[in-house]
Amino acid sequence: MKILVPVKRVIDPYVNIRVKSDQTGVETDNVKMSMNPFCEIAIEEAIRLKEAGKAEEIIAISIGNQQCQETIRTALAMGADRGIHVLTDEILEPLALAKVLAKIYEEEKPGLVIMGKQAIDGDNNQTGQMFAALTDLAQGTFASKIDIEGDMAVVTREVDGGLQTIKINMPAVITTDLRLNEPRYASLPNIMKAKKKSIEQKSPADYGVDIAPRLKVLKVMEPPKRQAGIKVESVSELVDKLKNEAGVI
Amino acid sequence: MNFQLSEEQEMLINSVQAFVKKELLPHEDEVDRQDNVSPELASDIRQKAIKAGLYAFNMPIESGGPGLDFISQALIERELSKCSWALHVNVARPSKILMACKGKQIEEYLKPCVAGNKIDCFALTEPGSGSDANAMNTKASKDGDDFILNGSKHFISHAGYADFAIVFAVTGTYEHKGRSRNEVTAFLVDSNSAGLTIRRGPNCTSNRGYHTFELFFDDCRVSSQKVLGETGKGWDVANDWLTAGRVMVAANCVGQAQRALDASLSWSANRKQFGKSIGMNQGISFKLADMATEIRAADLLTLYAAEKMDLGSLSDADAGMAKLFASEVLGRAVDEAVQIYGGMGLMDQIPIERMWRNARIERIWEGTSEIQRHIISRELLAPYQN
Repeated sequence: MKILVPVKRVIDPYVNIRVKSDQTGVETDNVKMSMNPFCEIAIEEAIRLKEAGKAEEIIAISIGNQQCQETIRTALAMGADRGIHVLTDEILEPLALAKVLAKIYEEEKPGLVIMGKQAIDGDNNQTGQMFAALTDLAQGTFASKIDIEGDMAVVTREVDGGLQTIKINMPAVITTDLRLNEPRYASLPNIMKAKKKSIEQKSPADYGVDIAPRLKVLKVMEPPKRQAGIKVESVSELVDKLKNEAGVI
Repeated sequence: MNFQLSEEQEMLINSVQAFVKKELLPHEDEVDRQDNVSPELASDIRQKAIKAGLYAFNMPIESGGPGLDFISQALIERELSKCSWALHVNVARPSKILMACKGKQIEEYLKPCVAGNKIDCFALTEPGSGSDANAMNTKASKDGDDFILNGSKHFISHAGYADFAIVFAVTGTYEHKGRSRNEVTAFLVDSNSAGLTIRRGPNCTSNRGYHTFELFFDDCRVSSQKVLGETGKGWDVANDWLTAGRVMVAANCVGQAQRALDASLSWSANRKQFGKSIGMNQGISFKLADMATEIRAADLLTLYAAEKMDLGSLSDADAGMAKLFASEVLGRAVDEAVQIYGGMGLMDQIPIERMWRNARIERIWEGTSEIQRHIISRELLAPYQN
């Protein structure tokens, strides 16, 4: 079985995000970039399935600028087998990503597509679901556990109020939640091996997909600063302030 | 000139940072407080380092190591040193002097060290012979096919956990410029050898949890098969690697200094006095600028020396300059970090006082700052001497 894992390049989760002074976006110049943590979890899960003998090949895909190759290379160093880089400098929306991935899916015919439930930059949480709709595949979103039983995938999902376990037909798309696994760091020998693995370079045009953004960003701004709270002396003072200052009762 | 790191080197840095953050740093407080790394923790770190392929990352391919270039090695050293030495020493770097192993020594000493099945230690320093290493008193006298060792060593790092020691001892004398000089031989001495006693040394201010030991040789019999390199050529096997080792110490200093700077930046941005962050005051911000500038210079000097090692053209002065400057920059950086943190900088609740203590040894071990200046100036003046 082949597993496709899309990986997104995002600002490193430990970096302080700063909004550009012209409010067109966030500062990315000289900012450390990393693989989206949910995508790391997806790669890790694919590697574990391969190590358990349930998959033969892992293909890491990234769609975006030239530097996305580094993100693919990191996936290869973790243990993916080969990469596909769809080169574009466009700002990508989930639907565009899902359309490109659907075309790659048709070409590669994998048994599973495992991807992060969302990327920590846009927090959209849409690509996996849109991809499932476009390809008409079963979907197991927000996975915290994955088992393969024959041609079925048993997915434990993190839902409001608890865990839900579903059994879905493969091929399927699974999106990863935080507790699915703890991703490994690339070992030194694998880093050295990654150089020899191939990354195929493609463009959105190769797949005949129009990736032009459908949305227009008007302005990006920082959330308003939270004011410090105050301590009140008594319950009556609290009630008074809630009534007369906050106006909530 | 190309200052761009390769993709592999960037990934290596990321992996080592992840390793330090996940496997080492969580233990740092306790190890420092207890002045001890439990054998279980040491073994756990070793196993994880082996799995990550970082164990013995300094060793060439022919010994079973990864055969990394020296720049990559320096980058790994730089990142590892962002946690205490007592912990990252378990990501072992066997002594490269072991590359002088021949015949059976290769299977018995070199390869097990690279594979993580044996631990070596380096026994050179003596109470009466520190910077003046050649003045050592430990003697090895020939007795049939063996040597009999007598004397003592001190400040021998992790000898108590090592399977064997690389011991330097006097095996004769020769005339040099009208003076008698010691002829020194290196031996591989198993820790359980009869006549060898290993005792814990005094506690050290720097690197708590990383212990030094004293070795006493009392008619300790060592087979001539255990001579490392050739008899009387101990310095030949040692010198090349001692020089190279200084570049790695420099990289260690740069990493520690970067950690002090990172902590200082975060503190300066968040600590508020007189209604604003202290970093808004030039009294603090200029310190940060000076620290960052000096650390950049030390980093470049270190990577320059590592590059020259890769090119095979490293001179003693190149290594000396990197070690001298990086260790002194580190000393200034941790001192300023304490100043920026104020009283908090001296409290054991946060790692600043620890970094300040640990930094102090770097200007002393692997050749003091004074010895480095001596080496550098000797090389500078050499062309002017007849």
